[in-house]
Amino acid sequence: MVGVMHFPQTTIGKKVIMAISGVVWIGFLAAHMFGNLKVYTGAEHFNEYAEGLRTLGAPILGYAQALWVLRIIVIVSIVAHMWAALTLNQRNRQARPARYTEHKKLSANYATLTMIYGGVAIFFFIIYHLMHFTWGVAGVHPSFIATDPYHNVIAGFSSYGYVPAIIYLIALVFLAFHLFHGTWSLFQTLGLNNKTYDGALHGLAWAVALVITLGFATVPLGVMFGLLS
Amino acid sequence: MKLNLKIWRQPSQQAQGQLVDYQLDNVSEDSSFLEMLDLLNEQLIENGDEPVAFDHDCREGICGMCSLVINGVAHGQDREKIKQVTVCQLHMRNFSDGETIVIEPWRSAAFPVLKDLIVNRTAFDRIIQAGGYISVSTGSAADANALPIPKKKADVSMDAAACIGCGACVAACPNGSAMLFTSAKITHLGVLPQGETERYQRVVNMVAQMDKEGFGGCTNMGECEAVCPKEISLDFIARMNRDLISAAFRGISPTV
Repeated sequence: MVGVMHFPQTTIGKKVIMAISGVVWIGFLAAHMFGNLKVYTGAEHFNEYAEGLRTLGAPILGYAQALWVLRIIVIVSIVAHMWAALTLNQRNRQARPARYTEHKKLSANYATLTMIYGGVAIFFFIIYHLMHFTWGVAGVHPSFIATDPYHNVIAGFSSYGYVPAIIYLIALVFLAFHLFHGTWSLFQTLGLNNKTYDGALHGLAWAVALVITLGFATVPLGVMFGLLS
Repeated sequence: MKLNLKIWRQPSQQAQGQLVDYQLDNVSEDSSFLEMLDLLNEQLIENGDEPVAFDHDCREGICGMCSLVINGVAHGQDREKIKQVTVCQLHMRNFSDGETIVIEPWRSAAFPVLKDLIVNRTAFDRIIQAGGYISVSTGSAADANALPIPKKKADVSMDAAACIGCGACVAACPNGSAMLFTSAKITHLGVLPQGETERYQRVVNMVAQMDKEGFGGCTNMGECEAVCPKEISLDFIARMNRDLISAAFRGISPTV
């Protein structure tokens, strides 16, 4: 392979793919979280926002065209992210075939060690989440109405003895760990880190992980505690 | 001191290995860890047993030969956890009387066990051969001050050049990754004007060779940095990543 084409085949190149696709997802999650908070402005405005996503860029762009461009970027990113993660993980397992009888971890934290498992858990949650709120699969969502997202949110979270809300909150815990290590890690992978910025980047990682997950968490919690109805 | 040792014994590369228990008495707490193993080997030889094979050379902490995972930490750990040192610089006063000590070899696919605690680290040599050098004209040596080098750069280069290539980074990494080693070798040459000429070809070649040897990828855990007896920093890995990205934009392919 020549030049730049050789790059994605290296262990570092795959990590760079993960870092860049990770940035796309941090951006998507931040925007998604911000959009979700509009649920507090009432049914009318929230539904208007949801419809607004589809008429984005009108009249230059057609119905849902901009949305589909964004969706494709997000889908391509997650596929690339997972491809790189899974191929690297397989490689890493092969690089350490024999285990130590005793192995002490000195610096790796919980978030770092569970990236791959958290990532897989988040992927399955995304599938469930789409079935729940996007496709409104019967049995997953009790009374899905495509034109009434506000109703879908309230009914979706308050149904089945709050189980969907609890699944959502558990997924957010996985997401928080994933974002914490991922945010710091992407700077290291892209070569933008050194000891001077290390502390600040860890602070940023905490901020990204907490702001995004807490923002998301307020919605199911709001439904559970009767703030939203 | 009296010690219970659990030591990895493996007759050859192909053979199955296992942990074997040994009791050792009368160990001075002022002896080094390797001297403690010497004492054990003397006893084993006296009893007509096969001595434990382990790598060692300078016993001054500068050659990078000694390579033992002690109680789950590459090179072991001093009691106060002040500073990571090589096994030869670790003294028995860091252990307590009657303690059970587990001793294992470096474990990585790229470092096959040759015998007992000795592993084959020639994969590192091949990474160096792929680009860990600079090309200079022969003849009389240039004046040391002929090329002005900023103090900061010289310091970074010296910090990276402190790497003794012991392989503790690979041993400690759950992914068996050699990125800390490779990045130190790339950095100590790449930051200096003498190494600048081959900077991007070097990073492409050395990373290609590192991957070819079967080392794993970096997941930014920092286990390598934590066990490094020469305090090689994760900064160098970031720098290697930066150089490789830069080399990709320049369209440089590996030549190894």
